[in-house]
Amino acid sequence: MKTETIKFGKNLVTTKEFLAEGHSFCTGCGEVLAARLAFKALGGNVVVASATGCIEICTTPLPYTSWRVPWLHTLFENTAAEISGVEAGLKILMKKGRIPEREIKCIAIAGDGATSDIGLQALSGAFERGHDFLYLCFDNEAYMNTGIQRSSSTPYGASTTTAPPGKFSIGQISRKKNMALIAAAHDIPYVATACPSYRFDLMKKVRKGAEVKGPAYVHIYSPCPTGWRYSTNLTVEIGQLAVQTGIFPLYEIENGRYRLNADPPSLRPIEGYLRMQGRYRHLASEEIEKIQQMVNEDYARLKEKVAAFPA
Amino acid sequence: MSKRVALEASHAVAEAARMADVDVIAAYPITPQTHIPERLAEMVANGELSSAYIPVESEHSAMSACLGAVSVGARTFTTTAGQGLELMHEVVYVASSMRYPVVMVVCNRALSAPLSVWGDHSDVMAVRDTGWIQVFCQTNQEAFDLTIWAFRVGEDLNVLLPVMVNIDGFSLSHVTEAMMLPEQSEVDRFLPKFQYPFALNPDKPMSHGAFGPPEIYSEAKLAQEVAFRKSKETILQGWKEFGDIFGRYYHPVEQYRTEGAEILLLTMGSFTETAKIEIDRRKDEGEAIGLISLRLWRPFPFKELHQAVKGAKVVIVLDRCVSSGMGGPVLSEVRSALYNEEPMPRVVGIIGGLGGRDMTEKDFEYVIDRGKEIAENGTEKIIETVGIRGERDVGIER
Repeated sequence: MKTETIKFGKNLVTTKEFLAEGHSFCTGCGEVLAARLAFKALGGNVVVASATGCIEICTTPLPYTSWRVPWLHTLFENTAAEISGVEAGLKILMKKGRIPEREIKCIAIAGDGATSDIGLQALSGAFERGHDFLYLCFDNEAYMNTGIQRSSSTPYGASTTTAPPGKFSIGQISRKKNMALIAAAHDIPYVATACPSYRFDLMKKVRKGAEVKGPAYVHIYSPCPTGWRYSTNLTVEIGQLAVQTGIFPLYEIENGRYRLNADPPSLRPIEGYLRMQGRYRHLASEEIEKIQQMVNEDYARLKEKVAAFPA
Repeated sequence: MSKRVALEASHAVAEAARMADVDVIAAYPITPQTHIPERLAEMVANGELSSAYIPVESEHSAMSACLGAVSVGARTFTTTAGQGLELMHEVVYVASSMRYPVVMVVCNRALSAPLSVWGDHSDVMAVRDTGWIQVFCQTNQEAFDLTIWAFRVGEDLNVLLPVMVNIDGFSLSHVTEAMMLPEQSEVDRFLPKFQYPFALNPDKPMSHGAFGPPEIYSEAKLAQEVAFRKSKETILQGWKEFGDIFGRYYHPVEQYRTEGAEILLLTMGSFTETAKIEIDRRKDEGEAIGLISLRLWRPFPFKELHQAVKGAKVVIVLDRCVSSGMGGPVLSEVRSALYNEEPMPRVVGIIGGLGGRDMTEKDFEYVIDRGKEIAENGTEKIIETVGIRGERDVGIER
């Protein structure tokens, strides 16, 4: 089993903060941790289009802003279309000599609802047209900003306010939509999954996604203590467990070739991960067994792809 | 020197976008707008126009891409019709609230159901409150002129607002007629390059589109409304300068043979030309009648309308849209705009020309005759219509 080593060094990371302190994210938020790292990796030469969601609401109450990079928000479902306009605009203005020629990375950021539900069409269009942009999906597995309603990214069995468990339901009855593979199906040059518990891996992937020419997609696991109902000091640990149990594997798809970035010799049982979170508290042991089966199958299928199309 | 050419209105619009040296076009095809993006795509493909053409996957994305393009300082154009305008509805509001001067040509079309690709004003009436400067065209020349003018006014630093140029689907968009095409140098003299002072740029980071908590939303909306009302100065200035360069002068309320008129017919868009035939006939027979046409729909031309109806006893409004449960939207607005004015003419309205139903001189003959009757005796009907089959006077309480 090959496990990629992730090098550490203080000089690898800038001390500059592009997403400034003073925002109003919840204590222990995994999303802002990931976003902060992502923008450290990207640096200042960016234009950011941001979907409606926690990130937008927690960083920009007029007349304040936490952004030290050019930042744009208009609506919920249109971020990929908006960044298409930004990219096309910058490119043509440089071509016509109306602004100085330079490299400016076009970055779109959005939550799982804005990506896998309401914004999927716009994202698919932007991928297909081949704009040079990086799309970061911060996946906290439900509509957290509006109060923990289910999305198509909510995992099977999780309790949310619009898919609550009850006499006739176990909560979320559908399986989590696999956005990374949907992105990969557009034959874009770079797709990756990342988790802020593995910070250097995350930063490396974000940088890679920005450097690649054409569309790139990084799907970022973003633990949410408020919505998942766990103690705020456990965010990093939950992220580690998600990777070590295989429910959120870290991988890259570069030009159609797969690479597993962390492949533990054996997966830890899913029960420990589920039992840490209030959203799974109602699950009986047979449901947990069913989820274990799903994780095993999904992980095995991923490894088959890695074996069949290795990077 | 301008040259006289025969162009389809859609192609005239595309020529205007080309001569405006537009930077970004984002458009989704929908009947009857298709000839505009087709022609623009062709111009980009063969190098007549140096522009980014984004073939978006929906109208919602068309307007969204336009917002992104303006945010970095690009001159931006889109075009749509009917259902497309409805699909982009929420983004249409954002364009004006963010003060992004997108220019959009709408080929006015009816709304489903039943499905109709043909012309009326239902689409634009549904976006009348969105904070866009809105004008109506009667001819191909006007479609060209007002598209050029739209960039000049919307991008003016005292305005920074989006502009919607309305041309009737098919009955204008697909009509070929003679028009004057100016020299590029004349257009350049009228239309300076877009210098957007707030363009997103890493050297000077800015946040566009922060959210408005209750302590600030009201002030933000009021500031927008003040800017919108103030834009009228630039609208008028733009038309004056346009006239001085090109010799064609436009006005918020266009008047036709209104001298001594006691009865005024009020129209919008391309049907105005047909209405003029009936006005000519009556005028020549000595009737005290005239025609006015709203060129500027938003911001509403209160002052000019009031001046135009001075001396008139009756104003007959033709609406090409039904505001359900209310009647004709133009009738409501005209009546409301004149309500506190002295003397207040009788304002009556008739609905016709829906979903591509043609209106002939005969129909306008009926509109004027019936309008005069209603003004004199009132009506028992819920809505007054022209050229529509079926019983509508069914005794429902008004």
